[in-house]
Amino acid sequence: MTELLHRSLSELRAGLDKGEFSSRELVSTSLDKIEKNKDLNAYITVCRDEALKEAAAAEIEIKKGAGKTRPLLGIPVSIKDLILTKDIKTTCASKMLANFIPPYDATVTKKLKESGAVIVGKTNMDEFAMGSSNENSFFGPVRNPWNKECIPGGSSGGSAAAVAARLTPLSLGSDTGGSIRQPASLSGIVGVKPTYGRVSRYGVIAFASSLDQIGVFANTVEDAALGIQVLSGHDPKDSTSVTEAVPDFVAASKGSISGLRIGIPKEYFIEGLNSEVENCIRESLKVLEKLGAKLVQISLPHTEVALSTYYIIAPAEASSNLARYDGCRYGYRAENPKDLLDQYCRTRAEGFGDEVKRRIMIGSYVLSSGYFDAYYLKAQKVRALVARDFTNAFAKDCDVIACPVSPSTAFKIGEKSSDPLAMYLSDVFTIPASLAGLPGMSVPCGFDSKGLPIGLHLISKPFDEVTLFKTGRCYESASDFMNACPKGF
Amino acid sequence: MDFEAVIGLEVHAQLTTKSKAFCSSSTQFGKGVNELCDPVTLGLPGALPVINRQLVEFAIMMGLATNCEIKKYNRFARKHYFYPDLPKGYQISQYEEPICKRGHITVRMADSVVRTIGITRIHMEEDAGKNIHDSRSGTSLVDLNRAGVPLLEIVSEPDLRTPSEAASYLKTIRQILRYLEVCDGNMEEGSLRCDANVSVRPIGETKFGTRTELKNINSFKFVEKALEYEIARQISVIKNGGTISQETRLYDSQTGTTASMRSKEESAEYRYFPDPDLPVLQINESWIESVRALMPILPEAARQKLIDTYGLSDYDAGILTSERKFIDYFTKAFEVSSNAKAVSNWLTSELFGFLNKEAMTFEQNKVTADDLGLLVQLIDTEVISGKMAKTVFEEMFATGKSPKKIIEEKGLKQITNPEEIRKIANQVIDENVSQLKAYLDGNERLFGYFVGQAMKASNGNISPKVANDVIKEELNKRKPGK
Repeated sequence: MTELLHRSLSELRAGLDKGEFSSRELVSTSLDKIEKNKDLNAYITVCRDEALKEAAAAEIEIKKGAGKTRPLLGIPVSIKDLILTKDIKTTCASKMLANFIPPYDATVTKKLKESGAVIVGKTNMDEFAMGSSNENSFFGPVRNPWNKECIPGGSSGGSAAAVAARLTPLSLGSDTGGSIRQPASLSGIVGVKPTYGRVSRYGVIAFASSLDQIGVFANTVEDAALGIQVLSGHDPKDSTSVTEAVPDFVAASKGSISGLRIGIPKEYFIEGLNSEVENCIRESLKVLEKLGAKLVQISLPHTEVALSTYYIIAPAEASSNLARYDGCRYGYRAENPKDLLDQYCRTRAEGFGDEVKRRIMIGSYVLSSGYFDAYYLKAQKVRALVARDFTNAFAKDCDVIACPVSPSTAFKIGEKSSDPLAMYLSDVFTIPASLAGLPGMSVPCGFDSKGLPIGLHLISKPFDEVTLFKTGRCYESASDFMNACPKGF
Repeated sequence: MDFEAVIGLEVHAQLTTKSKAFCSSSTQFGKGVNELCDPVTLGLPGALPVINRQLVEFAIMMGLATNCEIKKYNRFARKHYFYPDLPKGYQISQYEEPICKRGHITVRMADSVVRTIGITRIHMEEDAGKNIHDSRSGTSLVDLNRAGVPLLEIVSEPDLRTPSEAASYLKTIRQILRYLEVCDGNMEEGSLRCDANVSVRPIGETKFGTRTELKNINSFKFVEKALEYEIARQISVIKNGGTISQETRLYDSQTGTTASMRSKEESAEYRYFPDPDLPVLQINESWIESVRALMPILPEAARQKLIDTYGLSDYDAGILTSERKFIDYFTKAFEVSSNAKAVSNWLTSELFGFLNKEAMTFEQNKVTADDLGLLVQLIDTEVISGKMAKTVFEEMFATGKSPKKIIEEKGLKQITNPEEIRKIANQVIDENVSQLKAYLDGNERLFGYFVGQAMKASNGNISPKVANDVIKEELNKRKPGK
């Protein structure tokens, strides 16, 4: 039965609707495989009983023909553990929320349920989505299915590992500075971060509000497009979500890329970029060229300062967003506090991990009066410059940008955990598009000599996810890496 | 050396919007503890704020009423501090870009001097919840019903010079808020709160002295008392060679004194920054105009109208405009009767007098504005006499019945038909032979006697004016040679 989990969403849809297999068969296959691969540590919570109940309910709906209008009806899906699921524990991989059971669903959870998806579990992640390796989890690191000694990338490491190991065909993640694209690249699957505002953030535990965006992991671009389709749309509960019309992503992304101008930013091919990764990216660009695309050299001159800009803005917003975890209303509370101040100090000292505390401190510092102008305000100005680089490139030179996702392939667990700065560099190629609010995607484009996957990074104009999908789809069908699966899964 | 005080007030007005500032939770007062708590109010993970349109419109309205510029481009800021009544660990407020700026209002001071007081800014923000401390058990309980309720902070220029002026200013702000029906203005219940900034300087000095900020002033009386104490304290410190330190001081209404709460050095680090969850709020001209169209007449304009158009006294105009409900009532009654002075008199002397005597509120009053107008009209058209009207009004006040119905029931209708009155007049003249003789002999003062007798004979039901004319005619007829 595990063969089922290698099928695409449209194949699963057809199989379920024809009665070739049942939703309960599919869901229990997923649940059993999750159980069998516990060593990956991809899940914080597995909801077997709820999932099987939902699957049984889905079967009745499928018999009525509801599969036509509810694309994910009866299909197992996993969700990053910072997306609120009513009555299902949502921990954000933190001791602070280790026992938090939300009383409401995030909008994306609601949308998934409306589309018929069966939630099988909540995936592991870096605590509060702060990290690039999934080692910053209160529940331990996630292992990369391609090499269990390696990290799967972060912060959505659990979701990436779950899809790479074919535990569920679709998984939700969040991307603040690269937290979908980087683990997708390191885990050899497709990962999409849509345009900021495309998907509601309501009910998603905030890290950096102006950057956080929900997206998906899947094994093919088409599956990812369908996932984004389900999640997209304006939400009156999120003032930053947009009213922009949502196209039929799956249908619109079919077709050729002949004549498409692909921008290659010179600032992304720099010292520090692993040569195997660079070669692999250059090879994939040739494939795109063969498909009829025109490669154009472009310049994004503010790329260099994007990382430091991000590490001011994101911690600033995080320090504010995480102020609510004070032990008063929910979550962890220190035992026997002497007084209020002691309750605050110890709750937060004991409840948050090191990386979270590090960023709260950076954020508090840059927002302090006297430092605000020099750091936060300046960072916002630089952010505008970074965004303008992209606007200019898209206005003059290209329709889509192609570049590396990560400077290296997956590294060993523990290798960089004592060096936060080296870790921060993992996101150097994903952060600029995050600052600009642009949609981005990682598509598998090869392996290094150790057999670890490499991803091709595609970035498009705001709300032009269609071009992203179209390019990705053409590429994957012309390449040998679509549906590449780690051994044993 | 003589000193003068320089005072500016920061007024917090809790708005009467139906839902909270950034979520759909109700703002209803008096609900059970923590009943008005949705994910946003509770600051649950993942909850996001959405601006309440009514809050923005109330802010625009208050800005227009205080002659402020309305900012077209608005940002909200987060103000951070940790306290159990602040669920998110920050308050959503406006910092560098308040919605209203640079306004002014006219304030009538207690000594009848009229002054213009500058408004520095008005901004929107959300209220915190309430902590209830139990000193015996050493625990604190938190009620978040109030958390997220919208507030306007109205900051004056340091234009006030005496505690009495500060109180008059505060009363005027309250009056405007109540006219606009955006805040109930209840200081005791905390829906109107006030902090005062005060400094002193030698008379003639143009630079400001070091100021202190007074908090915990929760009545009009305390505004004056707290400022009086603080001004005297500052003057005495300076006279004794000391200096004032910039600090926040708490007013203690029990002792009537102020005490230091925190100094400037200890002042909180709020880490303000623009709230990334709330996009820029754009306010265009047409939105402002649509809000302006909804605004009632304001107290100062209403007062001028009463004096200039209706010829009312300054005093009566002041009473009638002190509350919007009075001027609304007056206007309605005037529309029925077209006699402003009479309506004003009936309202301010009779109705207010009765309410006062019965210790009733204006809301408990059973006499409708239409009925009061009708009563005045009935007097003016001589359906009833002024004397009858008092009886009718008494009944109206007690029962809420319309004056027409009361007149009918009591048979109070005034007789105005001259022929009917003529019969009574002749009857009275005929019955009083000796008085008639004296009158005809030249004692003209007896005319009044006949009128009185006629009134008596008709039980006061005849029109005195018609009776006057008719009796004069009839008496003249009896003069010799006629």
